[in-house]
Formats: sequence, structure tokens, C-alpha cells
Amino acid sequence: MSRLLIVLAFIPLVAFAGGGVALLDKAPDKSADMGALQNGARLYVDYCLGCHSVSHLRYGRLRDIGLSEAQIIGNSQSPGGKQREPMHSADARLSVGSVAPDLSLITRARSSELGSGADWLYTYLRSFYRDENRPTGWNNSVVENTGMPHVLWELQGELVMDDNQGLKLVKPGRPKPEEYDTIVSDLTAFLSYAAEPAASDRKWWGYVVLVGLSVFLVLAYALKREFWKDIH
Amino acid sequence: MGKLNSTLRRLLEWVDARFPLSALWRRHFSEYYVPRNLNFWYIFGALALLMLVLQVVTGIFLAMHYKPDASINASGVPVAFASVEVIMRDVPWGWLIRYLHSTGASVFFVVVYLHVFCSLLYGSYRKPRELVWLLGVLIFMCLMAVAFSGYVLSWGQMSYWGAQVIMNLFSTIPVVGPDLAIWLRGDSVVGDATLGRCFAMHVIAVPLVLIGLVMLHVVALRQVGANNPDGVEFRKMKDGNTGIPFHPYYTVKLILGLALFLLPFSAIVFFMPEFGGYFLEYNNFIPADPLHMPEFVAPMWYFSPFYSILRAVTPDFVIVPGLAVTVFFFWVIAISRSSIKFFAALLWLLAMLGFYFIDAGFWGSVAMVGSVLVWGGLPWLDHSPVRSIRYKGFYAKLALAFFVASFLVLGYLGMQPPTCLLTLISQAGTVVYFAFFLLMPVYTRMDKCKTEPERQVA
Repeated sequence: MSRLLIVLAFIPLVAFAGGGVALLDKAPDKSADMGALQNGARLYVDYCLGCHSVSHLRYGRLRDIGLSEAQIIGNSQSPGGKQREPMHSADARLSVGSVAPDLSLITRARSSELGSGADWLYTYLRSFYRDENRPTGWNNSVVENTGMPHVLWELQGELVMDDNQGLKLVKPGRPKPEEYDTIVSDLTAFLSYAAEPAASDRKWWGYVVLVGLSVFLVLAYALKREFWKDIH
Repeated sequence: MGKLNSTLRRLLEWVDARFPLSALWRRHFSEYYVPRNLNFWYIFGALALLMLVLQVVTGIFLAMHYKPDASINASGVPVAFASVEVIMRDVPWGWLIRYLHSTGASVFFVVVYLHVFCSLLYGSYRKPRELVWLLGVLIFMCLMAVAFSGYVLSWGQMSYWGAQVIMNLFSTIPVVGPDLAIWLRGDSVVGDATLGRCFAMHVIAVPLVLIGLVMLHVVALRQVGANNPDGVEFRKMKDGNTGIPFHPYYTVKLILGLALFLLPFSAIVFFMPEFGGYFLEYNNFIPADPLHMPEFVAPMWYFSPFYSILRAVTPDFVIVPGLAVTVFFFWVIAISRSSIKFFAALLWLLAMLGFYFIDAGFWGSVAMVGSVLVWGGLPWLDHSPVRSIRYKGFYAKLALAFFVASFLVLGYLGMQPPTCLLTLISQAGTVVYFAFFLLMPVYTRMDKCKTEPERQVA
């Protein structure tokens, strides 16, 4: 029975097709750049939220990156005024073949010995290329045969893979290529924030605690020396 | 000031007439005499106690917000997994409490492994400290149970599939295994029932036993007194009084040790809580999904030596314990009376039939459990005339070095996907691991030891 279950469990993996090893570009650290985080949040609502939820990120955590209530409500509504939300899972299975994963923790889950999860995301979103053999017309050099279409294609333009497995821009997008990198790094910064909103607080308190403990260490050493000078 | 002092003194007298408070303080701190030469290695017992307190206190706050519920919420995420993220994001200081708890779990094992290593170095398990040692082995088993059940609670992919792998081990037991596994899981696969069981085990059942055992461990230690790096009882020393009171000398030393320990501990909590995927595994940030088994399920680093031993027992490898058992029984048959000879031969035959007919997976589980249980035999396996590594001979030092190396290598291999070569290395490591214990009566008798000092070197 358990053996059967394990075999069954492997079937979706085969259908999923794991990605090959690719070198990851380093994502710029924009964790303290409120403008970038806000821009990333806006991009997320415009381009990603149609399929991917960020269910662990609450309203209050968007306030924390300096967005006002009006901005949050205004941004998360489509032009028709309807609150935007990811498509229902049944619709997703019908149109894309699977339910797009929740992205709340994607930059933590994708960390590996190759680089941080932010590096992975930053590279992945810049590695889509044209592939007519894929149902979506797109493939990706980080996750081979990815199920995701290139939703940012208007911004990046179209890349093709040359014979040396390198990617070449054949049809530029609306912004310049460097601007596309900035756009992706803002989006990555937002998702890194979404993965751990407490990260910057955590580091700040870390310095406070380490300084406090260093003082404690000096006092503890002086105390120990005072008592132990009689022994030996 | 004088008035306050006399009020406090009268209060203490009042309490002492009804409860042995001052006597307890004297017995366990101010008049508890300890060797003066306790070194760096002796700090890890106190640090283990500190980690226990930290885990209990942070655990209480986590239990206030955590929900052991495997059902799927409106966003398609298991409630248990989502509740951990609520703690991380929306509970004030929840991130700190959770990181203290998750880092604390791993560091607890670091501290305990170093505490055990101290005993190995200086022979602290030898007579008259056998009960201290046995209670310690039981504490370690509880620690493994509490760590495993707690790891399942975060309900990520690694939690889920790790639980699946471990629970399936029970089904390898002949005859009763499959039913036992279902009884333990509460289901045919790991699910909501399993999560509820793990929650109950993690927050109340095992900690209760654990705290009781820790108290007994300390009481037994107070009875026999601390060992020391020379391994010579200071109470038997020539000048009769080389001990120093625990308080204030070792309390101030522990305060210093605490400061030295908390600095790196805090650096991990605040700057690298995932610790490169070792303290919080990356795959565990993906919610448990019973339909997608990860390509490779690795245990947490602190279980990996034991997991390596489990995996090392392949069908071909069973011949090794088979040979060891045969040699042992031949020795028993050779030295014993005829009535015992018959029983020994019968037991040997049964063991051989078992190795032949029962699946290697079962023997792997037996080896894994055995690799923990065998620690309990240490006080009776060590026949060296001296306790401390300082006076032990070459063989004991070599054996300890090999053992530590095998433990580290097995630990590394347990986190790697198995290949032919790695399995072979882990089998060699398993042999070394068990040889350290089972051959100990032989090599400690053969060893040429140095003479212990008559009195402690100050």
C-alpha cells in the first residue's frame, strides 16, 4: 500500500519536470527602498495577482511599506471596480493546466546552494524565451518547460535561445532592457518582503542585542575574574 | 536597610520552618562542592538546561497561536502551515519567538551532543555515575521524540514527507507493523489525525516526561558529584578538600559561559535563522502537499547520523550483523556450560532465520533504534582501569577519534541522496559506529594506560 502511494506521489513530479542547474544572477538588495517595494506591490497586482495569491500577506503589512489605505484599495481593484483576486482553481486547471502556487513564501522556498530565493526569482523572470513547441509559446532557461507563460513579455520583449544556450533579445519591449531589470528587481524586492515582512526589524534588533550582549560579556568576565582570583 | 534585612531574615526563617529552602540552596549551590578543575566542556550541561527552559517558554507562546489543523483554508493553504505564518507576520514579536524556538531546537542538539562528548572524553558514565548516564540516554530519546513531533507541526513539505518516511518504518515490523503504523498515524497516510497526535506529543506528553527525567538526572548527579577532566574522584584526594562550592565560583563562570554562548546564538536567530537551510529547511516553506513528494526527503541534521544507519542496512548488508551475531554466539557457546550452549545455539538459529526471512528495512529500523540504545551499555562496556582520556591508552583514543569521524560522516551522508558509493561509505561508517561500542570491552582491556595522579592536578 505504502509503496503504491509513493509511486502515485511521483507521477505529478514527472509531469512537472524539474529544472536544470542554471547560474543565478544576484538580485539587488532593495529591502530598504520603500519606492521599490511599493512599485513591486503595484506590479504584483497588475501582472501576478490574476493567478498567484499572496495569502499570508495581510493588509497591515502593506501599510508597513508606506502604502496608504486609498492606494491599497485603488490598486487592488481592476478598472471595472471589482476587487482583484486570483482565478478560481477550477478555471486555472482548465486554462493553464494547474493551480498557480501561492507566492507568499516563494523567495524563501526557492533558496538553494545556487543562491538565495530572491536571486532565483530575479533570474527566472528574466529568462523566458520564445519556444513554439510549448503550449504557451514560452519556455524558460531556469525552469525548463515551465508551465507559466511570460506575463511580462510586453515589458521585456521577446528573447530566443541561440545555439550556445544563450538568450538573445530579438524584439525589444516597451521599456529599455536595463529598465526591465529594475522592474524585475522591484518585483523581487516586494516578494522578498512578502516572504518575511519582519526581516528588517529582525536585523535591526539583532544589532541591538549583539551590542547589549557584548557589554554583558565584559561584565561577566570581570565578575568571573574577581571571584576566581583567590582560586589556584 | 537594616530593618529590611531583618524583615527578610524573619521571612526566610518563617519559610525555612515550613520548607527546606535554605537547606536546598546549600545542598545544591552554596555548599555543593565541585572539582576546581572543571573546564570548558563542562558548560554544556547547564546550557542544555537553559535550552530546555527557552524551548518551554517560547513553546508556550507558540502554542497560544499555533493551530494543529491540516484542513485547507480559503486560500488553499493548510491551516497549520498558515498559522505558523500568522505567528511570523501578524503576532507581535511572533517572529522572534518562532526563530528562538526553531534555532533553539537545533542548538539544543548541538549542546547535547557536546555534553555527551564531554562524558566520552572524561569517562563520566563510569561507576558510580551509571544512573546519571542512563537517565541521560532516556533524556536523549525524549529529545528525539519531541524534536520529531515538533518538526511535523510546521506542516511544510519536509515535515509532511519526513513524517511519512518515519511512520512507514513502523510498518516494516513483521506481522503487527502495518496495523501499528495505522494506529500511530490514525490514518493510512500522514494527515490531520497524525498532526493532532504530534501536537499532543510535542506540547505535553513528551515534555512532561522529559522534565521529570531532567530532574532525576540532576538529583542523581548531586548524589555522586560531578566528574572532572582527570577522572579521579576529588573526594578521594589526599588533602581531602580540593572541591570548591558551586556558588559563587561556578555560577559566575556559568554567567560568563552564558554570555559567550548567547552571542553566536543571537547572531543566528537575528541574522541567519535558516542557517543555510540546516535549521529551517527551504523546502519546508512549501506547504505540505500529499500529492507531490519532493525529489529527496532529508531529515533534520541532528537525526541524519541515525537516518544514515537506517539507510545503510541494505539487503546485502544484512550479512554483516549476521556475521557479528555468529561470532558472538560462537564465543558464548565456547565459554559456557552445556545447558546454556543449547539455548545459545537456538537463539543463534532464530537470529539467522530472522536475518534471512525478514525484510532488510526492518533490520535497518532495528539498527537505527539500536544505535541509540547501545549508548546505555557504555558504563558496562568500558573496562579501562582509568576514566579520563588524559590517561587512557592509544586504542581508546583511536577508537574515540574513529567514532567521532564516523558520526560526522554518517551525519553528512544522511542529508545526501543515496548513491552506490555513498551507501558503501555509510555502511563502513555504521560498522565503525557499532564497533566503537561493541568492541570496547576488548580494546579497553588491551590498552596500556598512564597512571592517574593520586590527587587532582590543580
